[in-house]
Amino acid sequence: MRWAIVRFPGANCDEDARFALEKAGIRAEFVWHTERDLRGFDGVFLPGGFSYGDYLRAGALAAKSPVMEAVRRFAEEGRYVVGVCNGFQILTEAGLLPGALLANLNLHFTCKEVGVRVERNDLPFTRLYPRGQVLRLPIAHGEGRYYADPETLARLEGEGLVVFRYAPLKDEADYNPNGSLHDIAGIVSEKGNVLGMMPHPERAVDEVLGNTDGLPFFLGLVKEVAR
Amino acid sequence: MEALAKEIGIPEGEYREIVQRLGREPNRVELLLFKVMWSEHCAYKNSRPLLKALPKEGEAVLQGPGENAGVVRVGEGWAVAFKIESHNHPSAVEPFQGAATGVGGILRDIMSMGARPIALLDSLRFGPPEEARSRYLLKGVVSGIAFYGNAIGVPTVGGDLYFHEGYRENPLVNAMCLGLLREEHLKRSRASLGRPIYYAGAKTGRDGIGGAAFASRELKEEKAEDRPAVQVGDPFLGKLLMEATLEAIELDLVEGVQDMGAAGLTSSLSELAHKSGLGVELHLDLVPTREEGMTPEELLLSESQERMVLVPKEGKEKALEEVFGRWGLDCVPVARTIPERVFRVLFRGEVVAEVPTEALAEAPTYVRVGREDPEVRRLRETPIPPLEADPQEVLRRLLASPNLASREAVYERYDHQVGTRTALLPGKGDAAVLWIKGTRLGVAAKVDQNPRYSRLHPRLGAMHALAEACRNVSVVGAKPLAYTDGLNLGSPETPEGYHELAETIAGLKEASEALGVPVVSGNVSLYNESGGKRIPPTAMVGVVGVLEVDKRAEMGFRRPGEVLLLIGEERGELGASEVLYLLTGKEFGHPPRLDLGREKAVQEAIRDLIQRGLTRTAHDVAEGGLLLALAEMTFPYGVGATVEVREEGLEALFGEAPSRVLFTVEKTRLQEATLLLEERGLPYRVLGETGGKSLTVLTPGGVLEWSLEELLSAWKAPLREVLDG
Repeated sequence: MRWAIVRFPGANCDEDARFALEKAGIRAEFVWHTERDLRGFDGVFLPGGFSYGDYLRAGALAAKSPVMEAVRRFAEEGRYVVGVCNGFQILTEAGLLPGALLANLNLHFTCKEVGVRVERNDLPFTRLYPRGQVLRLPIAHGEGRYYADPETLARLEGEGLVVFRYAPLKDEADYNPNGSLHDIAGIVSEKGNVLGMMPHPERAVDEVLGNTDGLPFFLGLVKEVAR
Repeated sequence: MEALAKEIGIPEGEYREIVQRLGREPNRVELLLFKVMWSEHCAYKNSRPLLKALPKEGEAVLQGPGENAGVVRVGEGWAVAFKIESHNHPSAVEPFQGAATGVGGILRDIMSMGARPIALLDSLRFGPPEEARSRYLLKGVVSGIAFYGNAIGVPTVGGDLYFHEGYRENPLVNAMCLGLLREEHLKRSRASLGRPIYYAGAKTGRDGIGGAAFASRELKEEKAEDRPAVQVGDPFLGKLLMEATLEAIELDLVEGVQDMGAAGLTSSLSELAHKSGLGVELHLDLVPTREEGMTPEELLLSESQERMVLVPKEGKEKALEEVFGRWGLDCVPVARTIPERVFRVLFRGEVVAEVPTEALAEAPTYVRVGREDPEVRRLRETPIPPLEADPQEVLRRLLASPNLASREAVYERYDHQVGTRTALLPGKGDAAVLWIKGTRLGVAAKVDQNPRYSRLHPRLGAMHALAEACRNVSVVGAKPLAYTDGLNLGSPETPEGYHELAETIAGLKEASEALGVPVVSGNVSLYNESGGKRIPPTAMVGVVGVLEVDKRAEMGFRRPGEVLLLIGEERGELGASEVLYLLTGKEFGHPPRLDLGREKAVQEAIRDLIQRGLTRTAHDVAEGGLLLALAEMTFPYGVGATVEVREEGLEALFGEAPSRVLFTVEKTRLQEATLLLEERGLPYRVLGETGGKSLTVLTPGGVLEWSLEELLSAWKAPLREVLDG
């Protein structure tokens, strides 16, 4: 099992992604942003950070980088693509996932742990979670407010493409940290192979970090191939 | 030239010294070189003779003061480089860029040692939060730190924040950074003879010209005209520069590294040469620029950000250029080391400056006579009047007071987890803990200083700062290894200012010797005064310690039914305390006494308790005293406690004193814990038990009780309102 982690200049969760993938027993290799060939990989991970400084718009420049052509073909072949945080922003900017990620309603970068409910568990990323489980996952972003037009939202909901939704950890009323429509924290493509999410499962994979809620996400990827 | 010297603020005596060292009159460019290199910021003219006295040796020390950062050994071949640096004057003029470039600068200092930056801490001081200017500065500084730190991907894991009238005109922004390295990768600012010196990173522009000199004078009224002296940060370029530099070091391509910080090319090249016992010949025409027609002065003094100087190993020049090329960065030779010990600058084929490196690097130093400010003494000796207050009300108000309210609204804006090493998140423990992956080692860090203590008693205040930072590091379970000090004071040219500088350093020396913790790096920022009002002497002390990462203590009560103990005396003191300020609106009295022998024993005891697995919950009793510390322990997990306080009065409930630690232990292991404390001859008391949804305190005067909810909301709201409002 071999995954590629795309290294955009300015990405800063690349090492964390490798740490989490390797923790799950997956061979993870960095791929430079100018790479045009992703053959031989079982999946591609677009990590968080500030690709190309997030100049213009978060993820906008990365979406036009040479490697994204390869990622697009990779996705079309039905292989797995995961984008976390800036990776999710890149996927929407590249048109691989619908909608957009706007500035948080509080207008500033927010880093904290939030509740994230697993809406479906028939995907490799979520197969090891019980459906409806509320995970405790860190967020760290300034532009994470999921937005889409009403038709797109209706389609996402109708086809069950919302995989993760912000939810109360205890019974807090302000559980949605950024004002995302429908509390959306993560969505998947119709084919179920391209996933984008704002929370960081890769930051929650070890007891030392005080949180292991993200580990099943990565272990699920392994199980997929073994099947 | 003498007229020019006068105009740009070089004292007459120093001008004569320059002429004597050169054996001739300096030309215009040379004079400017001396101006920046002999600024207090670069040359430590007033502090150097005093700083000599500080203990710098220690078993763990790999690199002491004098390099870009200090380095300590932490085990299994790993070492940690760390340093604190001020960016006060730029932040006062332009808080966002001032703070952002402060972060960028300290990161490059750490990289220069061959270390990957893994954590940032920020020490911030502002005027009262109800004033518009303080809010403007606070918001700008917090946004600037977030802007740079979040984007470059180094977590901001801790720090401290005080509001105090003394910082109204002169806010303080000090940034501390920790970097991780393998011992064998340790780099220094060195070059051998005849080597090319490469310039890497951003192109040079006209920003930040004369910033070091700017940082070394009092802030004047017309601040707008100082704007060009503030640099502009670009964390994206900073990130590329960091990755390229670390890759070059990892591949063993370089023999020396030096960041380009204050006084730009001048400082980095002349110091590199001086430390190597060589000279350097710089060709300004080779410097990458982003503006046309820059003059030699501008090129030499620009403080454009995100630039480094690297000396490749022989035969590795091409490989070095390739690494930087891949990251899309300029990396070009601009200078060469030469045997004559001079800093020689060529521009369009002509020598525009030639100055002995030693003359530039070794500025004259000053030893002055200090005198205590009689007003400070009067305040310190003012007796504490009898105070009447309802403790039920006082705790709520203390929790909501600017210096004690929750810092969550600030640290939520910082990415404190990127890098996946943060084992103790902000708000969870008394110090940050970073995990060294691949090992079971952790590194703890904390920065401390109390402006009230330091203002009223500079020497004792500095001792408290080091003692408290060490205590906080010990309370999470780590053994303090060394410290870095950010000394922020007023002008040393007044007897009162010099007295405070000398006393502050004397206090650090005393505490450092007694606690066995040496200094390895630091920064001095003087002239923090306006209109004759000095800031409180502020020694921000950043301590780094090492622990087994699985044996770390948090501050929050986790389970009901644990026994709660206090090490140290129950009674604190009211002099210089937060409760005294709350009730009288004034700052006076003698700060708490500090017995360094007791302090050391308490720190060893709590580390031992944690090591032996007797406790996982421990917290230092600091500002606001016993009840405030207890309230803080209920917040992280929402578990309350019931305790009995035997002494009467506000001193017992809210008085402040060092050498006190609260911790919990399971009932079955209580005896083991108390035995350990008795063997060490330490006073302790069983205070009560954890559990419930309230904090209940039985006192000789009656029962006090607060719901956790009311305490939490009192504590959480105030700073959020300041930042969001």
